[in-house]
Amino acid sequence: MTAFLVILVIILFGISVWQMNRIFQLAKAKPSTNSEIASDKDNNTQGYLMMGFLAFMYILAILTFWLWGDVLLPESGSEHGVEIDNLMLISMIVIFFVGILTQWLLHYFAFVYRGNINKRATFYADNDKLEFIWTIIPVIVLAGLIIYGLFTWTDIMNVDKDDDPLIVELYAQQFNWKARYGGNDNTLGEANVRLIEGINQLGVDPADPNGQDDKIVTELHLPVGRKVLFKMRSQDVLHSAYMPHFRAQMNCVPGMITQFAFTPTVTTEEMRQNDKIVEKVAKINRIRTEKSIALTAAGEEALEPYTFDYLLLCNKICGISHYNMQMKIVVDSEEDYKAWLAEQPTLVEQLSK
Amino acid sequence: MSAHAQVHGVEDHHDDDHGHHHKETFVTKYIFSQDHKMISKQYLITGLFMGTIGILMSLLFRLQLAWPDHKFTIFEVFLGKWAPDGVMDPSIYLALVTIHGTIMVFFVLTAGLSGTFSNLLIPLQIGARDMASGFLNMVSYWLFFLSSVVMLFSLFVEAGPASAGWTIYPPLSALPQAIPGSGAGMTLWLTSIAIFIASSLLGSLNYIVTVINLRTKGMSMTRLPLTIWAFFVTAIIGVVSFPVLFSAALMLIMDRSFGTSFFLSDIYIAGEVLHHQGGSPVLFEHLFWFLGHPEVYIVILPAMGIVSEVMATNSRKPIFGYRAMVASILAIAFLSTIVWGHHMFISGMNPFLGSVFTFTTLLIAIPSAVKAFNWITTLWKGNLQMNPAMLFSIAFVSTFITGGLTGIILGDSALDINVHDTYFVVAHFHLVMGISALYGLLAGVYHWFPKMFQGRMMNKNLGYIHFWVTAIGAYGIFFPMHFVGMAGLPRRYYTNTNFPYFDDLADINVVMTIFAIITISVQVIFLYNFFHSIFYGKRGPKNPWNSTTLEWTAEMKHVHGNWDGPIPHVYRWSYDYSKLNKDETDYVIPGQDFIPQNVPLQDNEDEMDH
Repeated sequence: MTAFLVILVIILFGISVWQMNRIFQLAKAKPSTNSEIASDKDNNTQGYLMMGFLAFMYILAILTFWLWGDVLLPESGSEHGVEIDNLMLISMIVIFFVGILTQWLLHYFAFVYRGNINKRATFYADNDKLEFIWTIIPVIVLAGLIIYGLFTWTDIMNVDKDDDPLIVELYAQQFNWKARYGGNDNTLGEANVRLIEGINQLGVDPADPNGQDDKIVTELHLPVGRKVLFKMRSQDVLHSAYMPHFRAQMNCVPGMITQFAFTPTVTTEEMRQNDKIVEKVAKINRIRTEKSIALTAAGEEALEPYTFDYLLLCNKICGISHYNMQMKIVVDSEEDYKAWLAEQPTLVEQLSK
Repeated sequence: MSAHAQVHGVEDHHDDDHGHHHKETFVTKYIFSQDHKMISKQYLITGLFMGTIGILMSLLFRLQLAWPDHKFTIFEVFLGKWAPDGVMDPSIYLALVTIHGTIMVFFVLTAGLSGTFSNLLIPLQIGARDMASGFLNMVSYWLFFLSSVVMLFSLFVEAGPASAGWTIYPPLSALPQAIPGSGAGMTLWLTSIAIFIASSLLGSLNYIVTVINLRTKGMSMTRLPLTIWAFFVTAIIGVVSFPVLFSAALMLIMDRSFGTSFFLSDIYIAGEVLHHQGGSPVLFEHLFWFLGHPEVYIVILPAMGIVSEVMATNSRKPIFGYRAMVASILAIAFLSTIVWGHHMFISGMNPFLGSVFTFTTLLIAIPSAVKAFNWITTLWKGNLQMNPAMLFSIAFVSTFITGGLTGIILGDSALDINVHDTYFVVAHFHLVMGISALYGLLAGVYHWFPKMFQGRMMNKNLGYIHFWVTAIGAYGIFFPMHFVGMAGLPRRYYTNTNFPYFDDLADINVVMTIFAIITISVQVIFLYNFFHSIFYGKRGPKNPWNSTTLEWTAEMKHVHGNWDGPIPHVYRWSYDYSKLNKDETDYVIPGQDFIPQNVPLQDNEDEMDH
């Protein structure tokens, strides 16, 4: 596929350069008063090319959707993500409509009104009514988008303590993530980088009773259907906790605790059954099989087949291995989550080892 | 016919006073020149040089992104020890994107665009003999030159150039332990930008004073060409916002070298706790974006001005809605200073602030929409002369619309959560400010080349080839990039194949890189055309595009003071294209579809209030 696209692009490029050169050679035949100023012939050619360019843009848009529509993120795995996706869809429809229309007007006018020595431009300097119309229409449309957006934003960012969210700390350092659960009391112990010592890598205060039963893990497990409030910390530079499948992101800032909350609604198992994910995983595995063939031919180990997992990615440049700073997220049923958590040692257990 | 007589009267009148023709040596004429025309050429050529470097850097990292497993000899050639056996080092990848961003935003699109055309056009279009202070203008250029040299020098330091991203967020940029580029490389980066800011401020103050004080008789503010309005307002935004970046840079230097804690707190790195306490990286983000956001308007407004002017001239029509255009420039300038927070929705700042910045950000779409519609209406019923400058202007409107529309998504805090810092952002700002501003720059170069180089013109056909390949290539690179972003791929990743989830983006990356290679290659044609035409370009007529503005009444051969005779007076606005006489039988000046600004009101025309 890639090779085909490459060849296609190169051939098309070659043809276009050749054709353009021909057009310009032909257009050049009759020099007007000064050959570096556009002649009527140039105006004509360029006018037609403008329509060609309009077609190119539309075709490019359609082609990219057709080829790569499947790389986009699947349906949201969180409750608020549905709202975001909905707003995104509405915004996309609006901008595609406006884009298609204005690009058409722009290029069509460039074509229709291409210069001609016998034509006369219309002296048309202003029209308050028109200005008013295209001021008020964006105002109304944007007002709608702003109001919808602000309600969504406030809903997402305001965490209601009455929901009794699960408290989880996301701890960022160059170049890995850790998660800390509040334990049975669902309360995180106080922590500071100045308390980092030996196995206590998150600097949890050993004297704080809330911290005794905290559990520190390197794989994030979340129960489906319960609101999770993430408290984010970073020990060195800025990081950003980005969970694209849950439409969630927040920076981790050294010196302060930031937060973000969401409710996971789709378990990892369910997401693996999602049509889009099934298709995507199949595509990725096809690519990996191809690579494996090359690898085994070179005497190296073949790649393992890929299965889908939710990911927490670092999305703020944080150093050399920024591209490789991620953590697996598993969304489980309540029972599986509890079973998993029970197996994890508490901080006290870890420290006394 | 009296208009003709008047035009010629002005042109033929040779003043005997040659006080402004002093003897010039090579040094005073070409190096330490105080003449705004020479300074503008210096800015342009320095800008093009920096641009070439910046764009070649993008070629290197595009190759890396498309074929992460491939070994490229070209990496070894250019990057030396940073690419042993042709495999790019992750730290130099970050350095390349950092310096690419810095060079393109500051050195090419701020200095190269605004520096070039403000210098060239402000005195010529307002009818002034030179800038208010030729000396400060010269200092401004040489500070810019110095900062360019420092920036280029930083590429060669032992631990590598700055690599914390062009936004240089601390603590990454403050701590050499965090990334090697934050050692000497970052020190030089900060030095370079501090000098750059000094240069920019001197330039901006000069532009403001010149526009306010040195307009010729009759050149009221409402008769100014939109280019001048744009340069004037750009300079004001620069003066308001650049000092804030300067203070941020200064505080960062203090944190780095003198042990202060403006931006640092609670840091444990490389096995030890740092003493810093109480600072906030979010404060730096606020200070940085207080410049950083107006900066994108500093980049785009001059391009808008150039496009308005080129489009009106080549449409043979007045710009539609002159007053609305001026008002929208002012509105954009004002709003640009209160929207910086939209870069920080998820930085940890108070979510309520996020709501406020969403509101102001989406407001800015309104004046932008007004401008886009006005440009489109300017084309309507025009008599479009498809010169290369015109093509780039039309393409500017196209990319500005496409890139601007995705801004509606990014400006919405709720939607920003999931596309923040992904390739969606990269695609957005490259189209709306990168490519658009470059189109403005190129339109300006093609249009005013004869003015810069004493009547010589650039080759039209090479211009057409340059334009079409660039226009197709730019969309070819950046349209698919939106998909990469919406797939959830974060930016500034050295490779996205280190874990399997993004493996299916490989072919999009290849397609983008191929378009990038093509687009970058075709710029060679432009550079050839540019430099060849300086020496061998055909000389065109004095006013090749039949333009109304004053610069075309000045002498073709460059003289100190621009006009050999007295400065022309102005009697009308700058957009009297295709204006008809009272009976609507012919143009006001028969057989000529434009009336230069220095032609007095004729008996057969109505005075219009624009």
